[in-house]
Amino acid sequence: MTTEIKLPFDKAFVSSFSSVVNEPAWFAELRLKALEQFEQLSMPKPDKTKIDKWNFTQFHQHTVKSTAYTSLAELPNEVKALVDVDAGNQNLYIQRNQTPAYLSLSDDLRNKGVIFTDIFTAAREHGDLLKKYYMTQAINADEHKLTALHAALVNGGVFVYVPKNVEITEPLQAVFVHDDAEANLFNHVIVVADDNSSLTYVENYISTVEESNTLANILTEVIATTNARVQYGAVDNLAKGITTYVNRRGVAGRDSEIDWALGSMNEGNTISENTTNLLGDGAKGDTKMVVVGRGEQTQNFTTTVVHYGKHTQGNILNHGVVKESATTIFNGIGKIEHGASKSDAEQTSRVLMLSEKARGDANPILLIDEDDVMAGHAASVGRVDPVQLYYLMSRGIPQTEAERLVIHGFLAPVVNQLPVEKVKKQLTEVIERKVR
Amino acid sequence: MAGSTLTIKDLHVAIDGKEILKGVNLEIKGGEIHAIMGPNGTGKSTLSSAIMGHPKYEVTSGSITLDGQDVLEMEVDERARAGLFLAMQYPSEINGVTNADFLRSAINARRGEGNEVSLMKFIRQMDKQMEYLEMDLDMAQRYLNEGFSGGEKKRNEILQLMMLEPKIAILDEIDSGLDIDALKVVSKGVNQMRNEDFGCLIITHYQRLLNYITPDYVHVMMQGRIVKNGGPELAQRLEAEGYDWIKQELGIEEETVEQEA
Repeated sequence: MTTEIKLPFDKAFVSSFSSVVNEPAWFAELRLKALEQFEQLSMPKPDKTKIDKWNFTQFHQHTVKSTAYTSLAELPNEVKALVDVDAGNQNLYIQRNQTPAYLSLSDDLRNKGVIFTDIFTAAREHGDLLKKYYMTQAINADEHKLTALHAALVNGGVFVYVPKNVEITEPLQAVFVHDDAEANLFNHVIVVADDNSSLTYVENYISTVEESNTLANILTEVIATTNARVQYGAVDNLAKGITTYVNRRGVAGRDSEIDWALGSMNEGNTISENTTNLLGDGAKGDTKMVVVGRGEQTQNFTTTVVHYGKHTQGNILNHGVVKESATTIFNGIGKIEHGASKSDAEQTSRVLMLSEKARGDANPILLIDEDDVMAGHAASVGRVDPVQLYYLMSRGIPQTEAERLVIHGFLAPVVNQLPVEKVKKQLTEVIERKVR
Repeated sequence: MAGSTLTIKDLHVAIDGKEILKGVNLEIKGGEIHAIMGPNGTGKSTLSSAIMGHPKYEVTSGSITLDGQDVLEMEVDERARAGLFLAMQYPSEINGVTNADFLRSAINARRGEGNEVSLMKFIRQMDKQMEYLEMDLDMAQRYLNEGFSGGEKKRNEILQLMMLEPKIAILDEIDSGLDIDALKVVSKGVNQMRNEDFGCLIITHYQRLLNYITPDYVHVMMQGRIVKNGGPELAQRLEAEGYDWIKQELGIEEETVEQEA
């Protein structure tokens, strides 16, 4: 069944946007082609969640006007809590709605050839390099309607490139501030770690508005070529009313490793995909994710590791807390392709439900087309164990505090994996606020 | 201040509708150490769980009071803050909550808001007691009971006892599964608590523990009742002769009331 979806933005609009931001021809063409493809493609079909009534395509504003920050002192307090306001020589990109609003990259990294800039500047100044990786290796525009829509309308994002043999110890941090209730995010993050390089990248999506009837269509591509290591941390904290499609996908070449630490704290309905393709022999992929669902929201998280290379290792650990009338679905997929011998696909998904009406589901899926492999899965959906509460309370801890400890403890093993202390602290605070 | 008194009168307790305790009477005062002995399945652990307020155990009649206060009216955490402590036979494992965070929460819950223990003082105290119990100091930062061996869990229960300093403690089969060295350490911890303000009820079916912690009173439980009372010599006779002579004396054929624990 295909229903006709009329987009609010047409070819002429897209072309004029391309020329306003002064994009190279290949980028503008990619947009137009994707806009065309949009018509023929179908919507993605997340397992166990019906999204045909969700609005991913109708909205009013493609971009909103926002002013840049002249200094970090101007940041709203919620954002100040995430960054080191006093540090001088740090690696920090802040985007305000769609506007690149602050950028700082240390001289050391600049001299080593590291690129860390907004997606439009990257298209203008590092066009050839961006072209090589942008929607070519990890995510294609023509996968379904939402990838095509994203490619056609991308209006923000960041490009990170770490040259061969460069190992970055300090994290690169990006903060995407959503402070305009009319702003729709088509954000594209692309992180390339060239041979023998390593980096840690951490991003926050944060709404400072209470509620917003908009949508977010976020794509992330991580490419780790050969013997490279990427640690990718993300905390999504978008406001109530925002319908989010977020797809973070990594491609790991021979002996490369991509580690994801993801905190999904969105208040709106969310479809999230996180995929790691282990292309090269000896590649590793590791995803750790925490999720809190509350209110009426429905969230669906599909975490996939696909093993192509031999001796590849994939690990998925998802923990979710659901309260009130919220629904949280975890789909964990470990796929081992024929020929990926000696590979290991492991996954654990756990959902803790805090109320009668909360719904949780954890579906482990193993698709194995090779004999000589290891695979394992664990999944559980349950409520707070009354015997655990009894034990804590028997030491004098009141019930609410005992529940807080159990919930905090349930999420902590994943939260503790986040690479930046401030982000970890802030995520802990968000969790405490949400589960109270 | 003189010690507290825990008074249990004609206590009847059921699990899933089945009556396990059929009228238990017991009084424990500060300064006293009581031991309840008896074969498996006679209701000993049910008594300890009922005193602490385990959700599965239903008190159908009788009373428990602490210094005249109705314990049965209190929530589990209130019982603890009133001065009761239960070292459990099977302590829960709680992922993601460190031993230290847990203990600090428990101490602060007693002290109340605005009167929290200072972090330094807490760490010093915890280190000191862990050393006394010959525990690896790393265990402070491990998740509560998770992956602990049987002996480590028991030591950890005694560590909590020493840190929380209750008025009346119940030790539910704290000796089961312990080797002799661990048993000595656990006993050392309990003996250190011994003073006129501290009352203790030890539940065991081995006399062995009582070689290290000498009780003032020994009670024998069968069929959900206390059927015999005595001093330390009673424990020794039970060790030497078993329980059959009591059964004969009282005309009891089947001593149990519950499934094997």
